Amino acid sequence: MNKSLPLRGIQGVQFWRDERFQRLLGQLIFLALLAVLLGYLGRNMLANLSQQGLGLGFDFLPLTAGFDIGEHLIPYSRSSSFLRALMVGLLNTTQVAGLGIFLATILGVILGVARLSTNFLVQQIARLYIEFLRNIPLLVLLYFLFSGVFIKLPRVKEAIILPGPVLLTNRGVAFPWGIPTETFSLYLRILGVAALLAIAIYAGLLWYTHCTGRGPLAWLWSFLAFLVIAALGWITLPNPPLAWEIPSLQGLRISGGRQFSPEFMALLSGLVIYTSAFIADVVRAGIQAVSRGQVEAAKSLGLTTIQTLRLVVFPQALRVIVPPLTSQYLNLTKNSSLAVAIGYPELFHVSGTILNQSGRAVEVITLVMAFYLSISLLTSAFMNWYNRRVRLVER
Amino acid sequence: MSQKRLILSVVLIFATLVVAACGSPQATTPAPQETEAPPEEESPPQEVVKTVIVTVEVPAPAGTPQVQIEVAQAPGFGETLAVVQERGNLICGVNGQLPGFSFLDSEGNYSGFDADFCRALAAAIFGDESKVEFRNTTTQERFTVLQTGEIDVLMRNTTWTLVRDTELGLNFTATTFYDGQGIMVPVDSGITTLADLEGGTICVQKGTTTELNLADVMATEGINYTPAVFEDVNATYGAYAEGRCDAATSDKSQLSSVAKGLLPDPENHVILDITLSKEPLGPVVRHGDDQWFDIVKWVIFATIAAEEYGVSSANVDDMLATSENPEIRRLLGAEGELGLKLGLANEWAYNVIKLVGNYAEIYARNLGEDTPTYIPRGLNSLYTDGGVLYSPPFR
Repeated sequence: MNKSLPLRGIQGVQFWRDERFQRLLGQLIFLALLAVLLGYLGRNMLANLSQQGLGLGFDFLPLTAGFDIGEHLIPYSRSSSFLRALMVGLLNTTQVAGLGIFLATILGVILGVARLSTNFLVQQIARLYIEFLRNIPLLVLLYFLFSGVFIKLPRVKEAIILPGPVLLTNRGVAFPWGIPTETFSLYLRILGVAALLAIAIYAGLLWYTHCTGRGPLAWLWSFLAFLVIAALGWITLPNPPLAWEIPSLQGLRISGGRQFSPEFMALLSGLVIYTSAFIADVVRAGIQAVSRGQVEAAKSLGLTTIQTLRLVVFPQALRVIVPPLTSQYLNLTKNSSLAVAIGYPELFHVSGTILNQSGRAVEVITLVMAFYLSISLLTSAFMNWYNRRVRLVER
Repeated sequence: MSQKRLILSVVLIFATLVVAACGSPQATTPAPQETEAPPEEESPPQEVVKTVIVTVEVPAPAGTPQVQIEVAQAPGFGETLAVVQERGNLICGVNGQLPGFSFLDSEGNYSGFDADFCRALAAAIFGDESKVEFRNTTTQERFTVLQTGEIDVLMRNTTWTLVRDTELGLNFTATTFYDGQGIMVPVDSGITTLADLEGGTICVQKGTTTELNLADVMATEGINYTPAVFEDVNATYGAYAEGRCDAATSDKSQLSSVAKGLLPDPENHVILDITLSKEPLGPVVRHGDDQWFDIVKWVIFATIAAEEYGVSSANVDDMLATSENPEIRRLLGAEGELGLKLGLANEWAYNVIKLVGNYAEIYARNLGEDTPTYIPRGLNSLYTDGGVLYSPPFR
């Protein structure tokens, strides 16, 4: 009758013969042993550290780092603190991981669709790419790209100049880049207003659709409004908010523009090329998970191939794609630590130097793990949120 | 039943893990033992086991009374030698990538200046210079492997600094090689002074004092530069050879050894006549075992003293038989008990000189004029020849 009996509910049966008690006991023993093991390991570490006269603590973080870092997104010099150096590394990791995720997704989706193309050549090229890259280690690929491609580019004097101009040399790749002028902060405010207005138009049009049943393209109109205001702002300001700076050869060096070092380029392209092969397979699996009948039904309704993909296949494929895609994003972020082999100063590379200069191995490694964990948890929190949005809503 | 069995097996596995973890305490850091009997004059010193208790004052937060913590340091007096003798060989941490200092040659043997000092130490302990196990270490892990007792002594072009000597729980013994940091540039670059490097890129190895000195000097001189930091010798000079950097910086000994050993076109590179820093290089041991500290120190002094007194591997037998010089007789163990005071056999220095040679022989074999890695002796000459090598008296 009552399904949840109290622990000693059954008359005549000792409580230790109760299966639920045994389960609980098993869990408790497991937990206790785990605690003992961790406690033992922790105590062992502390004892060994103190035997060597080494303490444990993060008091070294505000001390002067004393070394320079080649690439930094925030101001940094040798007299900055160890903490600042870690932040520089963290930002470099975020930069390469963010750009990498963005580019790998685009390339991966294109390849995934190409893999299913009815065009034999396109399909075979995509297949070859995916099979080849999925089966070589990333570290090998990174070494190849660094010492075989980017560092073998011509010296600065004989730089390859692509239209743009984009300069390719063994000191790095330089692009034209906008340099903020004094009106830049004002322009940012104009952009903010434009964004607010675009959101208002979007909401208004949605409401209009809801009321009348007629559907103007809400996203298109709001985007257009944003563009018009942004363009008007650019024109009306006394001088443009960004000055276009073009990289040029100055003797033995490149000056101006935005320069990416060979290490960064090798790491970014390696991560993108490698991860896109995996993403392509994830996308292919997702598309194939949508039953053939759906595509045939869409075709018989007269939808074009693009329309079929956009309106029928992708929305259903996304719920299959997103969870494994998340783990590919996490892999890419974590794999960025392989940059230590080619010398891009990301988090792990910088932490290695800090570890060596401060001698605080346990603390530095703990911090690095905490940083990677936070990046990964943030990424997966975002992707889980997105997954909840796109999953099939059953009515 | 199967439930029970599962719980039981999980418990068993954990118990095994815990027992296994307990069963392998670190061989090199057993708890210091106390002896009640005071050391007797007649007994050989190596049997005396002392407990080294260091009182550390910990600054307490305001309002609480001062706390004194007793920290027993490890390894205790004499323990390293005991462990090495029991193991039957010496584990020597070396660089392994640096021709002339320690380099794995085509026959699989370690050769070089540092490697020979490892052999000298083994000769002093075992009377057999081959009882050395070489372990390659990176700049980054070198202190950690020493701190944890994975190696007995670090013989790896490591610069003696105050922080390393204190905070890392290590002791620098004696200097085997007086070095200074230099800068190497391609001949055709036209760079002759530090100021010519303004805006340039400099290749440097990660986790070295070089990295810090470079930052210091460039900040003092107000020269802007970009460091390109690489993980090991091969990566650093590989990138430099490809023209990734305008210059490479390291200890002059390393630059000279690398330029001649690793670069494809040594004649096209020049080491500038600039010295950025003092770099005294020598073996490192752990804090705590003063006997081991003494042994490593005096083995080096023995090679220096032997050169000073003209004792070499060729004439050491004659010297032992015929020399009337009391200093030489004490050094070779014919008079006095100097070896016993170190906890070694009395013919320890005889073995070092007979099997490995004196300082001049070790130098000539690895860095002399006939070798591809020739470095002029310069500061590394005896004080009588205008250098700074000076052995305390053997008395």
